[in-house]
Amino acid sequence: MKTLAKTSRRNFMKIAATAGGGLFLGFHWGDTLGSSMEVLNPKSVAAGDVSFNSYLSLSPDGIVTIFSPNPELGQNIKTSFPMIVAEELDADWTRVKVVQAALDTRKFERQLTGGSGAIPHSWERLRKAGATVRQMLMEAAANKLKVPVSSLATANGMVIHAESGRKVGYGELANDAAAIPVPAAVTLKDKKDFKLIGQAIRNVDNAEMITGKPLYGLDVYKEGMLHAMIQRPKAFGMKIKSVDDSAAKALPGIVDVVTFKNNVAVVGKSTWQVMKARKVLKVEYEAEGAIESSTDHDKIFKTLLESKDAQVKRSDGDVDAAFKSAAKVISREYQCPFLSHSPMEPMNFFAHVREDGVELIGPSQTPDMARNETAKLLGIAPDKITLELTRLGGGFGRRLKADYVVEAAELSNIIKAPVKVTWSREDDMTGGSYRPAVRYRFQAALDAKGNLIGYKLRGVGINAGNCTREDNFPSGAVDNLLIESVEHKSPITTGAWRAPITNFLAYAEQSFLDEVAHAADRDPVKFRLDLLDKAKQSPVGAIKYDIDRMKGVISLAVEKSGWGTKKNVAQGFSVYFSHRSYVAQVAEIGMKKGQPILQKIYAAADCGIVVNLSGAYQQVRGGIVDGMGHAMYSKLTFNDGTPEEKNFNTYRLIRMKEIPEIDVHFINNGIDPTGLGEPALPPTGGAIANAIFKATGKRLYNQPFIHQEELKGVNLGVRL
Amino acid sequence: MANYKLQINGRSFEADVDADTPLLWVLRDTFGLVGTKYGCGIAQCGACTVHLNGNAVRSCSLPVSAVGTNKITTIEGLSANGDHPVQAAWNEVDVPQCGYCQAGQIMSAAALLSKKPKPSVDEIESAMNGNICRCGTYHRIREAIILASSKI
Repeated sequence: MKTLAKTSRRNFMKIAATAGGGLFLGFHWGDTLGSSMEVLNPKSVAAGDVSFNSYLSLSPDGIVTIFSPNPELGQNIKTSFPMIVAEELDADWTRVKVVQAALDTRKFERQLTGGSGAIPHSWERLRKAGATVRQMLMEAAANKLKVPVSSLATANGMVIHAESGRKVGYGELANDAAAIPVPAAVTLKDKKDFKLIGQAIRNVDNAEMITGKPLYGLDVYKEGMLHAMIQRPKAFGMKIKSVDDSAAKALPGIVDVVTFKNNVAVVGKSTWQVMKARKVLKVEYEAEGAIESSTDHDKIFKTLLESKDAQVKRSDGDVDAAFKSAAKVISREYQCPFLSHSPMEPMNFFAHVREDGVELIGPSQTPDMARNETAKLLGIAPDKITLELTRLGGGFGRRLKADYVVEAAELSNIIKAPVKVTWSREDDMTGGSYRPAVRYRFQAALDAKGNLIGYKLRGVGINAGNCTREDNFPSGAVDNLLIESVEHKSPITTGAWRAPITNFLAYAEQSFLDEVAHAADRDPVKFRLDLLDKAKQSPVGAIKYDIDRMKGVISLAVEKSGWGTKKNVAQGFSVYFSHRSYVAQVAEIGMKKGQPILQKIYAAADCGIVVNLSGAYQQVRGGIVDGMGHAMYSKLTFNDGTPEEKNFNTYRLIRMKEIPEIDVHFINNGIDPTGLGEPALPPTGGAIANAIFKATGKRLYNQPFIHQEELKGVNLGVRL
Repeated sequence: MANYKLQINGRSFEADVDADTPLLWVLRDTFGLVGTKYGCGIAQCGACTVHLNGNAVRSCSLPVSAVGTNKITTIEGLSANGDHPVQAAWNEVDVPQCGYCQAGQIMSAAALLSKKPKPSVDEIESAMNGNICRCGTYHRIREAIILASSKI
C-alpha cells in the first residue's frame, strides 16, 4: 500500500503548524506501511517556559500552560481543572493553554476518572497550585517595583500597583518569580471573589474536536505500527480448544496470527485487512465454566431471593415485629438486565514493548492501574513504562479496567513490534465487563396512620458485589429496617457502569417509595419530606447523607416544576444521593393525540460549587439522557454465555427524537464541589416510571421499560 | 488489491487497497484523515459520516470501489479554517462532551443545511436520528443546528 498524494502531505504539515491546545501533529511517511501519523502530547514543559509546579508553567510572553492530569472522557475535567488553577492564579483565561498530562505518579495523585471524584479530591490542591504561583509573582513584582507586597493586587494575568497605576504582566515576572522560595502557606480567595469559577466556559478542545484532529486512542498511528484485532472466546465460560489460522495467515497484509491465553490475535498492516482475516479464522472452543443464559439468571434470582445466607448490610430495630404489627404490607420486585458501556470509541490501545522500556498510548480511566498491571505481566518495574493519555471517546466505567491495555502490551511483547489493538463494536459489546443484572425485593410495613414502620430490601445480583447502598435514604428514617445482599458468581464479567449499582437501585427504590406513598395516601414528595424530618429529629442508626441538602434539592425541584399545581400533565418525582451529591427530578408526561408523551424533566442538583456552568449543565442533562435511554431501551440478553445483542442495530441507545426537554437548576450553597459525573443519572428512571404510573395507572417493575407487558398498548411516545 | 484515485476535500488521493475496503478505513489508515470515526461498522451510529457529492453517507459501509469520481468531503475538508457555520455554532453552543461522535454529527448537520437551510425541528430530528451521541448532547446539537441555520 502506498500513498502518493503530495498535496495531502502539505495539507498535513499545515495542520501541524496550526494545531493549538497542546496537540502537536507530526506526519511521517513510512517505507512499507504507507502513511503513519502520531498523536503526541508534549511530554514536558515547552522550551523557554518557566515551570512552577506540576500543574503550571509560564512563558515569558505570558502564556500560562496548565497541565491537566486526569483522563478526559466527556466529563469536562480538562476544562474545569485548569479553571480552578487559573482562578487562584488570576490568569487571563484567553492566554491559558491546557495540556493533557501523561501518567506521572510523582507529580500527580489520583490520576484517574471514576466515582465522580476528581474535583472533590483535587479542589484544594488545584487552588493552592494557582494561589502559590500568584503569591510568588506578587513578591517578584514587589521587588521589581520596590513596593510592599501588601500594596499589590492581581487581575487578568497581571500584577497591579493601584497607587501608581503600574501593571506588570505575569510573563515578564516569570523568571524572577521562579527564583523566590515557594511559600509554605498561601491565602486562597474568598469564594465570593471568584471570577472564572461558576462561569460557562467553553470546552478547551472544541476547536480540535469540531475539525476532526487526532485526539483519541484510535487516532494513534505510529511509525512502523502494526494493526491487530483479537478474537476472544465466543462465550463467557469457554476456552480455546483448537486454532486453525492457516487461511487467515495466507491473506494479504497479514503479518502474523498469534494465540495467547484465550486470545487469537490477527496482526496486519491495516485495520480492514485484519478484520477480513478474522472472518476466516477457525477457532473451536470448549466449556471451562458455567455457560449461562438470561433464563438461568431469572431462576437464580428467584432462588437467591429466598436464600438463607444473605449478607446483612444494615439492621435497625426489629423488622419481624414491625411487619407483624403492620396494618398494610407492600412487597414489590424490580429487575434490570446487563448493560454494555458502549462508549462511542471502542476499546483500543497502542503498545510498544522494547528491550529498554514500554510505551503505552491510549484512552484509560485508570492509567496508573493499567501501568501496574502491565508491569506485573511483563515482570518489569512500573517506571520502565510510559503511559500517555489520549482523549477518551467515552468511558462510562468500561475504561476503569485495564484488560484491553494489558493485552495490547502482551501482544506487542510477543510480536516484538509496535501495535495498536482495535476492538470492533461487536468485540466491545460481547467482550465483557457489563453493568450487572440485579433483582431487588422491597417490602414496606405501614401502620394504620400510613407511617412507614418497617422497611426491608434484599438485592440479588450477578457479579454485582454488594448491590445495595445500605446507608442511603430511607435508612435512618425508619425504626425497623433490614438491608441484605446476595451475589451469584458468574463467568460473565461485570464492572462499574456509570453510577455503579445506583444506576438501577435508585429507580427501584424511588418507584417503590412512590408506590408506598400512594398506599399511605400521601403525596409522594410530602412522604419523603416527612421521612427526612423524622431522620433529622430522631435518627435511627448512622445517617450518612445530608438531610438538609436532600431537602434543598427536593424544594428546588418542587418549585421549578410546579409540583402538584399543574393541570393536563402527570408528574413523577424522584430524589437520590450518590457520589456525595444530591439530585431531585420531576418528569412530566402530557397527552398528545390520546397518547402519553414524556415531554419534560426538571432537575435540581446540589453538587456544591459549580465550577463550569456550561459543563455542569450539560453533565446533568447528559446524565439524564443516559439514565432515561438505558431505563427505556437498552438490554443485553444472554444466550449460551454470550449476548444476543452485538451492535447498535439490536442494542438500542437513545436518539435525538426521543429526548424530552430537560430543565436544570443548581443549588448555590457555596459548599466545596462534591462531584457531578454520575449523580444526575440515578434519579431519572424513577421519575419517569412514577410519571408513567400517574399518567397510565401502570407500574413498571422491570427495565427496559419498552419491553414491559405493562406498556403494551401504551405508545409512550417520546415523539417516536 | 487495486489502485483507486479518489477526490477528497478538493484534492486527489491514490490508494492501493482491496476493492471491498470501506472508505472509512481508507480515509483513516491510508490517508491519515482520522477525523472520520469508527463507531459500529454497520451504518447504525453515524460516527463515520462524510459527504459524497454533498450527501451524508456512512463511510463504514461504502466500499472504496464504489466511490469512483464522486466527490468526498470529510470533516477535515468541511472548511479551511474550522469556521463552517455548523462548526462555529458547535463551538458557540459548546456542544461536545467526549467529542468522539461530533465530526459525524457535524457532517450530518452540514449536509442537512446545505439542502434545507431553514429546517423545522422535526426535519432536524429526522436528519440527525441516525447519529448516536452516547454522552447525550442531543439538546445542544439541535440548538447548534438551529443557530447555524439562522446564520446561513
